[in-house]
Amino acid sequence: MQTDPMTLTLFVPLFGAIAAFVLPRAASVIGPFSVLATGAAVALLAREVLAAGAVTVSLGGWAPPLGIALRADGLSVAMLAMTAAVGLLVSLGALDALRDARQRQYFWPLWLLLLTGMNGVYLGTDIFNLYVMIEVIALAAVGLTVLSGTTAALRAGLEYMYASILGALLFLTGVGFVYLQIGRLDFAGLIAAEPSGALSAALALMLVGLLLKTALFPLHFWLPAAHANATAPASALLSGLVVKAALYIFLRLATYMPPPDEMLVTLIGTLGAGAVIWGGIQALRAERLKMLVAWSTVVQIGLIFIAFARAGQIGLAESWKAAAVLILAHGIAKAAMFLAAGRIKDEVGHDVIRDLDRSAIRPTLAQFTFALAAISLIGLPPSLGFIGKWSLMEGALAAGYWHWVAVTMVGTLMSVAYFSRVLAAFLRFDRVRAPVGEHQGWALADAAPLTLALSAITLGLMAAPILSFIELGYPFGATP
Amino acid sequence: MTPELIYGLTGIAVFGAGLAGSLGAQDRLRRVLALKLASVGACFLLIVAAWREPPAAPDPVPHALVITGIVVMVSATAVALALIRRLHTLEAEDDAD
Amino acid sequence: MIDAPLLPLFILLTSLLAAPVLFALPERAASLRTGINLGMAMLKVGLVAWLSLKVSEGVVYDLRFAMLPGLEFKLQADPLAILFVALSAVLWLITTVYSVGYLERGPHRARFFGFFTLCVAATVGIAMAGNLFTFLIFYELLTLATYPLVIHRGTAEALRAGRIYLIYTLAGGLVLLLGTLGLWVLAGTTDFVPGGVLDEVAESRPLAAMLLFAVLVGALGVKATLVPFHAWLPIAMVAPAPVSALLHAVAVVKAGAFGIMRVVYEVFGIETAQALGMTMPLAVLAGVTIIYGSIRAITQDDIKKRLAFSTVSQVSYITLGVALASPIAAVGALAHLIHQGLMKITMFMAAGNLAEGLGVKKVSRMDGVGRAMPGTMLAFSLAALAMIGLPPLAGFVSKWYLAQGGLDAGAGWVIALLLGSSLLNAIYFLPMLHRAWFRDAGAAAFAPARPRIGWMLAAPPVTTAVLVLVAGGFANAPFSPLEWTRFIVAIEYRE
Repeated sequence: MQTDPMTLTLFVPLFGAIAAFVLPRAASVIGPFSVLATGAAVALLAREVLAAGAVTVSLGGWAPPLGIALRADGLSVAMLAMTAAVGLLVSLGALDALRDARQRQYFWPLWLLLLTGMNGVYLGTDIFNLYVMIEVIALAAVGLTVLSGTTAALRAGLEYMYASILGALLFLTGVGFVYLQIGRLDFAGLIAAEPSGALSAALALMLVGLLLKTALFPLHFWLPAAHANATAPASALLSGLVVKAALYIFLRLATYMPPPDEMLVTLIGTLGAGAVIWGGIQALRAERLKMLVAWSTVVQIGLIFIAFARAGQIGLAESWKAAAVLILAHGIAKAAMFLAAGRIKDEVGHDVIRDLDRSAIRPTLAQFTFALAAISLIGLPPSLGFIGKWSLMEGALAAGYWHWVAVTMVGTLMSVAYFSRVLAAFLRFDRVRAPVGEHQGWALADAAPLTLALSAITLGLMAAPILSFIELGYPFGATP
Repeated sequence: MTPELIYGLTGIAVFGAGLAGSLGAQDRLRRVLALKLASVGACFLLIVAAWREPPAAPDPVPHALVITGIVVMVSATAVALALIRRLHTLEAEDDAD
Repeated sequence: MIDAPLLPLFILLTSLLAAPVLFALPERAASLRTGINLGMAMLKVGLVAWLSLKVSEGVVYDLRFAMLPGLEFKLQADPLAILFVALSAVLWLITTVYSVGYLERGPHRARFFGFFTLCVAATVGIAMAGNLFTFLIFYELLTLATYPLVIHRGTAEALRAGRIYLIYTLAGGLVLLLGTLGLWVLAGTTDFVPGGVLDEVAESRPLAAMLLFAVLVGALGVKATLVPFHAWLPIAMVAPAPVSALLHAVAVVKAGAFGIMRVVYEVFGIETAQALGMTMPLAVLAGVTIIYGSIRAITQDDIKKRLAFSTVSQVSYITLGVALASPIAAVGALAHLIHQGLMKITMFMAAGNLAEGLGVKKVSRMDGVGRAMPGTMLAFSLAALAMIGLPPLAGFVSKWYLAQGGLDAGAGWVIALLLGSSLLNAIYFLPMLHRAWFRDAGAAAFAPARPRIGWMLAAPPVTTAVLVLVAGGFANAPFSPLEWTRFIVAIEYRE
């Protein structure tokens, strides 16, 4: 077996998952350790990509279109790095947050399987390969959703399963028709293909399948319940990482396939706008903290699609970068926010927003983390979320698309409104019966989300190197 | 009306029926079955499209896609059914309280 | 003298790094916290003094790093920045002493001082921002850092006020973001350059330039309390007195006015702004605010609210001076930035003392307080007289320059406005003084008759009152604020 970093990023978590499943008592050790090892492999890969631009490996020595090739360019490595870093910190947070033995036993194999699938997506170059990896992700994700075992979680998991199956079906059908049109399934083939109506229809099928998986309005129905009812580390992984995989595939397809028509881009942007508005309204109405955070994910996904459509069809060559920055920012900040919400729920005992300020126990560090994550999600400087939002609005203004700017501003105001519902509850003390202590509820478990939240804020300052990194190896096929 | 056209339309019709059922049905088991039906329709379409005039053999790649699709559907259906069963048990307990 | 090219960064870091430490300290560690606060404040004053010396010798400070392709985070130490930074540093030190005394046994001191320090860091950042992008970053940080201070008391009323504050300031910040984007897209740069960067844009696309002006000034006008965006200031008076003193007399409101200065002088340039025809409407708007603020102040019984409306009015003197395209008026505006800061902070600290020592929060209850708290009321009276514009106090100096500038710019109505405004100031300040000194407490006698409020509460207002005297009396001395402003205006108008 080859042992270059790319194959390691796939096989280390896979074997880790199997090991954690077979040796349940050692799972809590095998899990974080595998994630750490995967992170090391990603770091090595990053070094190679920095040196060479893009790196390709053919598994088993078979070249495409027959064999499976793995390719890592700047964007892939950025996504891999985000997954590994966020995953590692969530794993550390999970060590404390998982309550009972059964959850601890199954979390690790499921999460490692998820990691395998995601790394496969980020390294894949063949749409069929992507289909398989997406399905691995879906199964693992459903498992994580229902890990807590409550009725609500199971119902949500079932809805997720339905949406996932339907999406996968549409995607597979699309893949089949693409093959029938161009005779190949790899990215290089897509780029070289001549545009035709049938090809566009096939790609449209694939895209609809992907939209179901990324929960873009109005196909978002399964997400809020699924993410809100899972245990905190699972929610962090689901919102922070899982939805990004399908988004990434969308990004690749949209930049490689024959240019979509202006109406399609506008449609995508409009759906994104719908997500921002509708998600915002629902977040304002949410009664529970985790539900609010889940609706915020719906909003942010909408924003990512608006970023994509920010300058219409001509601007796609640059707009994908704005979308990529928003993807990275959201992954980090949302994971932090869900972990913090979990900590708050653990300390206070419930997560009903209206009654948060009645509690005498105030987990101040978790609250602070939540506030920092909110800053990045609202898009205030100097966070990475701000950089993403700035890129979005800059591109839209430069191209004269005022409507995207307007929607983004409305979305920002709404996010301030629904996050300040929560933040005001943290700072309010006049409805508490018992005396309130200070610096309460600080635990080692707060370190992981705090690190994530601080990264989301400070990475904004490093936006320039990040942007130049994700451009490495673009467009596809520029380097051998 | 060529055979291919009839097969194609059948595939689309089955897919459509499955899709409608999965979106509209209330009962959980029905939705799972509807999804399976939709997958049958889709796979059927792919196989039909893979057929070539003899003496050429049909194109094997769509067949491979279909097989993979079936495998994935089986595991997904298994998970869905397990969830339905567990929900059924939990809801019976809740009702009993 | 040792060379220190990173000096502006260090000045920023003294408060930025102190904040996490202050957050983490337990409530009981009062002396350590006070030590850090005062130590950092004094360090900052020292560093700023050093920086001022260097800049007056001609050293240029320009720190930058790229955040986005083409967009840089940029700190500079030009004379205008020094003006604002020096004011902030000195007043921070004084207000820190006052806050320590005021909140002596209050709850949540760790949180308070942490955010207080962040506010100062944000203000310093705003002062030294070298382009509109960096300005925006610190402007938003200021909003975020001031919100917890406004709602410090944690009551329902405080939260309601805080929500209104947040809505106004964040909306303003969002519009400022839009304006910054617009500037970037139109001009390709957001740098602050004396004389402006929009000459070509103003010629080729005058409508876009005018719209940009309106957007930027409107956004900054929220913090600068231009009518009709001023409503948040009186409502934010629920904050504790030190917050009202520093933030609403110095940091937040002045940040808005300072921003308007930067935009008019260094984004558009005074000539371009005039050519676009935007300066006269701004001057008129400032004039309206001046009168409106004073009229509303007359009807307020709550002392802090009266002072708040007075601020609304007085800060618009600065905007007026900037909008009148005359170097003399500009001198008046800049000088007023400093003078008004000193005068208002004195009055707010005195008002805080009245509330703490005597429980007096309303003007109608001010009878006889002069006898009960002579030191505090003397400071207050001096500041009030200065605000009305009595020579040779500081307020007179700035009004004189503004009036002359109005004549110079051909806007004679400014003189009538200033006279009218001084009259209105007298109408709402003199009764307060009359009650304090010339009436007896009567039935509502104060107990104790002469409360001891401690030197930490008593000394600061007296100190700033002395500074008011000095700034006015020694206006023509070298190194006085007035001389420094003349130096700055020469740069801005040289173009």
